[in-house]
Amino acid sequence: MSDVMAPVKERLANRPSWLAPLYAGNASAVIERGFRVIRNANWGVIATGFFEPVLYLLAMGVGMGALVGGVPGPDGREISYAMFIAPALLATSAMNGAIYDSVNNVFFKLRYSKVYEGMLQTSLGPMDVALGEIFMALFRGLLYAVGFLGVLGVMGLVTSWWALAMIPVALLIALGFASLGMAVTSFMKSFQQLDLVPMVLLPMFLFSSTLFPISVYPGWVQGVIQALPLWHGVELMRQLSIGFFSPMTLVHLSYFAGMTVLGITLVTFRLRKLFLR
Amino acid sequence: MPVIQAQNLTKKFGDFTAVDGISFEVAPGESFGLLGPNGAGKSTTMRMIGGTSLRTSGSLTVLGLDPEERGPEVRASLGVVPQQDSLDEELRARDNLIVYGRYFGLPRAYLETKADELLEFAQLTEKAKAKVNALSGGMKRRLTIARGLVNEPRILLLDEPTTGLDPQARHILWDRLFRLKEQGVTLVITTHFMDEAEQLCDRLVVIDHGKIVAEGSPQALIREYSTREVVEVRFGSARNAAMEAELRGMAERIEVLPDRILLYARDGEGLLEQISRRGLNPLTSLVRRSSLEDVFLRLTGRSLID
Ligand SMILES: Nc1ncnc2c1ncn2[C@@H]1O[C@H](COP(=O)(O)OP(=O)(O)OP(=O)(O)O)[C@@H](O)[C@H]1O
Ligand SMILES: [Mg+2]
Repeated sequence: MSDVMAPVKERLANRPSWLAPLYAGNASAVIERGFRVIRNANWGVIATGFFEPVLYLLAMGVGMGALVGGVPGPDGREISYAMFIAPALLATSAMNGAIYDSVNNVFFKLRYSKVYEGMLQTSLGPMDVALGEIFMALFRGLLYAVGFLGVLGVMGLVTSWWALAMIPVALLIALGFASLGMAVTSFMKSFQQLDLVPMVLLPMFLFSSTLFPISVYPGWVQGVIQALPLWHGVELMRQLSIGFFSPMTLVHLSYFAGMTVLGITLVTFRLRKLFLR
Repeated sequence: MPVIQAQNLTKKFGDFTAVDGISFEVAPGESFGLLGPNGAGKSTTMRMIGGTSLRTSGSLTVLGLDPEERGPEVRASLGVVPQQDSLDEELRARDNLIVYGRYFGLPRAYLETKADELLEFAQLTEKAKAKVNALSGGMKRRLTIARGLVNEPRILLLDEPTTGLDPQARHILWDRLFRLKEQGVTLVITTHFMDEAEQLCDRLVVIDHGKIVAEGSPQALIREYSTREVVEVRFGSARNAAMEAELRGMAERIEVLPDRILLYARDGEGLLEQISRRGLNPLTSLVRRSSLEDVFLRLTGRSLID
């Protein structure tokens, strides 16, 4: 009997031993599945992720903006309130999308839909599944970021070509949150625990200088906020939106690079706990 | 060399022991059965063989490899039909086969023809474009079985494959399994249908509470754990229990079930005559050869008397 799997088996036989239980080098099959699902899926679900930040921008930026007037921008010069919050909303939606995909979606697929169970009956390893799913989350993040930036352009809220860099940075923010989120999911046992996630994210959204500058808080509160990831994402986006950079730009970028490395390391160690029982 | 080798294989969930130190070997091309009542640990054992459940202790090799250390490589040779269908509900029937094949790293061109062949085998050609949720329970089962064959596995793990199948579909599956066996494919099967185990398995183990309680070919197990013949008598559900005292001593072993009494004896007809000579007139009676069902009842059953 000729063996259709012979080439695959030969490749897998030559895996280094630390990768052998985790990774078949075939995350692309998981991605292929993701695109197949998108193709015949529900554009409504995908569209809500896009409209949410746009609605915020219209309600807060235009509505509140009329009351607030100008706000000092990253370089000290005054900008409109809408221009102040727009980059923050992009950072926040990158975070929310990534967390939704890596926590809620992954948890659901693990416990209820059996999609991962099916995948892991094949020669895929847990790392193939995780990488493929993170890629799909980033792809969705990309769609949202491009769409949102388009809206900003139309509303005249971008003033620098640097704003285009907000797209890869949105992906970096998403990657940081997605990898950490997946690691957190590996510790989750029930839907009740899942409900704790918004209880962390919502205050972070409200306080991370998204809707008003961090300077309104006492020093120690500022310290706490600056230790959290979203603040770095918001400040970074804000700097890019007007093309102003400072040494802090590097700090923000390093924060997310570090968070991504930490997240991916943690996920790798938790992969078997996450997918295998 | 055995294709599957388990030694003291143990799985605990918290402080509950689901699989309690079982050891067995499966030879290449053999068709090996795992029998046991609900919760015995059969599915857990199957999952450990596929490397999707991590064992607590003991050793396990599949095709000479540890499925925990080389899961993807082991599963490249494995076809898995889990007890509960794990179909992708976001994909259509045929796409389920193709995408699943892609997970194995198989080329698209191969999968296009393979998917059609498998749909035909599963008698789902008409349903190729149907959403999984639009399939009936038995159709989903057939699709899951077909999917497990997409990589032409050397070892097929079938966890209650025919549960929910109609008789025709069951015979089509049996026929396919016989043919795969002829080609040298090793089968590992769990089932609650004793006739199926007798038909399909060269050798089987009976598991109860995570431990192996008997092992052998279906014929050997029947010889060892049952008599040649069985007399089944019914006195009506109200009287069955009361008749037991009267019948005791007439047979080698008596098993009182809610709806009937089983009497184990060498000579069934002789025993039946004896019963009617004593004036115990059962409503219905039947003499038959012992089957695996009787072995199972004896080994794991709620047998009241022994
Ligand atoms: N993920 C799990 N967490 C906790 N306990 C589990 C888990 N999976 C199985 N068990 C327990 O392990 C035992 C064996 O389960 P298993 O599914 O292997 O039984 P089985 O022999 O396949 O039974 P059935 O004939 O009903 O399919 C059961 O008592 C079950 O409750
Ligand atoms: Mg089971």
